[in-house]
Amino acid sequence: MISDIRAMGDRALLLAAKHPAGVAATITDLNFPGVIEAVPAAETVLVSFDSTCDRTRLQRAISELDDIAAASKTNAHIVIPVTYDGEDLHDVAELNNLTIAEVIQIHSTATYTVAFCGFAPGFAYLQGLDDRLLTPRLSTPRPRVPAGAVAIADKWSAVYPRESPGGWRLLGHTTTQLFDLSAERPALLAPGDTVDFTVAAPTESQR
Amino acid sequence: MIEVLDAGPRSLLMDLGRSGWSHIGVGPSGAFDRAALRLANRLVGNRESAPCIETLGGGLRLKFHEPTVISITGAMGEFTKLTDGRSTTCSRNAPVDVAANDVVIITPPSSGLRSYLAIRGGINVEPTLGSASTDTLAGIGPDPLSAGAELRTAQLQIAQPPIDLAVRRSTEGPIHVIQGPRWDWFTNTAHALLQSQPWTVSPVSDRIGIRLDGAELQRSIVNRELPSEPMVTGAIQVPPSGLPVILGPDRPTTGGYPVIAVVIDAHLDRLAQLTAGEKIRFKVTRLD
Repeated sequence: MISDIRAMGDRALLLAAKHPAGVAATITDLNFPGVIEAVPAAETVLVSFDSTCDRTRLQRAISELDDIAAASKTNAHIVIPVTYDGEDLHDVAELNNLTIAEVIQIHSTATYTVAFCGFAPGFAYLQGLDDRLLTPRLSTPRPRVPAGAVAIADKWSAVYPRESPGGWRLLGHTTTQLFDLSAERPALLAPGDTVDFTVAAPTESQR
Repeated sequence: MIEVLDAGPRSLLMDLGRSGWSHIGVGPSGAFDRAALRLANRLVGNRESAPCIETLGGGLRLKFHEPTVISITGAMGEFTKLTDGRSTTCSRNAPVDVAANDVVIITPPSSGLRSYLAIRGGINVEPTLGSASTDTLAGIGPDPLSAGAELRTAQLQIAQPPIDLAVRRSTEGPIHVIQGPRWDWFTNTAHALLQSQPWTVSPVSDRIGIRLDGAELQRSIVNRELPSEPMVTGAIQVPPSGLPVILGPDRPTTGGYPVIAVVIDAHLDRLAQLTAGEKIRFKVTRLD
């Protein structure tokens, strides 16, 4: 049951959920008339709709849903090879009383789930970071983080889809493309997908 | 072909935007004043969603290499057409014939900020994620227009224009809002202040957000921060400064500042026409 449902203007509802990606997928599967999109975030789901939607009936339908991490049939599992050469590896190790090798081992062992996307096109907030790596974001963000940077902040991990400013701690980089407008799925990672990071073979310069 | 002689302060290609991509972090974008874009298209007999030029203030100059019909809507005032060096003052909100080699100049509007220029047939733009619109935050869609750019028309016309003059509805009175999902994060004083004080539109406003100056809105919940929430166009976010920002069509898809109120859909287009220094008021209304 979903009990906390609020108006977000006259064309959307915002509801609190324990499993936002699962609830958003369930709402999408309802194919409710007039609903445009169900968008998950950290602890809430937005359901936007057009003028043809019966808000009262939609609200009732949502309130009857189970708040479970329902796996949608469209969810994918994606493996991202990472070269662990990030600028903040040393600091992350030191702040958490770990060695660099342990940081790499811990980060590349977990399986992550895309909780939601935001900040920039294709930027996925990945949950599942091991408690031993919880690290606050930088107090001063970098003006430029390169595309493909693999990073952590607070309880999240992420890959920067393209160059942008950013305050997350950089652990490494990947050559996997995260956002491609010409692809059928423009964003490699969508809510509900699972992700494994693997240690990429070292490059020539690192041997 | 239509040649951009001068793009003015900012000219972007827009249609009605791309919906359904927020879950991967891509917002709606699209014409800020949607009704103005629809009207501009109707006046020249296009599909309502055909791509148009959204231009700020005055300064856009276009040279038409073939005869066509255009219309300009949105901000109020007139515009200028040069034929063989001879200048004519033309009406907005009406279809206007343009001859080969005519130059059309958007003069500064008498009120409002954003003008929409439609060309019979629509502007030919390769869509990105289903839309011709430029998202200035996400960097998706065509580049902003610049001098020397060449535009071509598409085949998005329908019948001949059914009307020749449109009366636009009045935009007087307060902007109507509904209590936002985090209304309860603010003090009673803030709730009262939101409606009682005139807010001044800040000059640093853009398609991402309209920033407002006034007395700060104080939070009643100060000991915790909000985890990122999905946003909508028209959401009035209150950052730690206490000065609200109304999110526009190029807004981010999620945000971490509490939303005190949300502008109703029917009043969203008015936001597009707010000019720096203008005073606005809010009125909290209830959902039907």
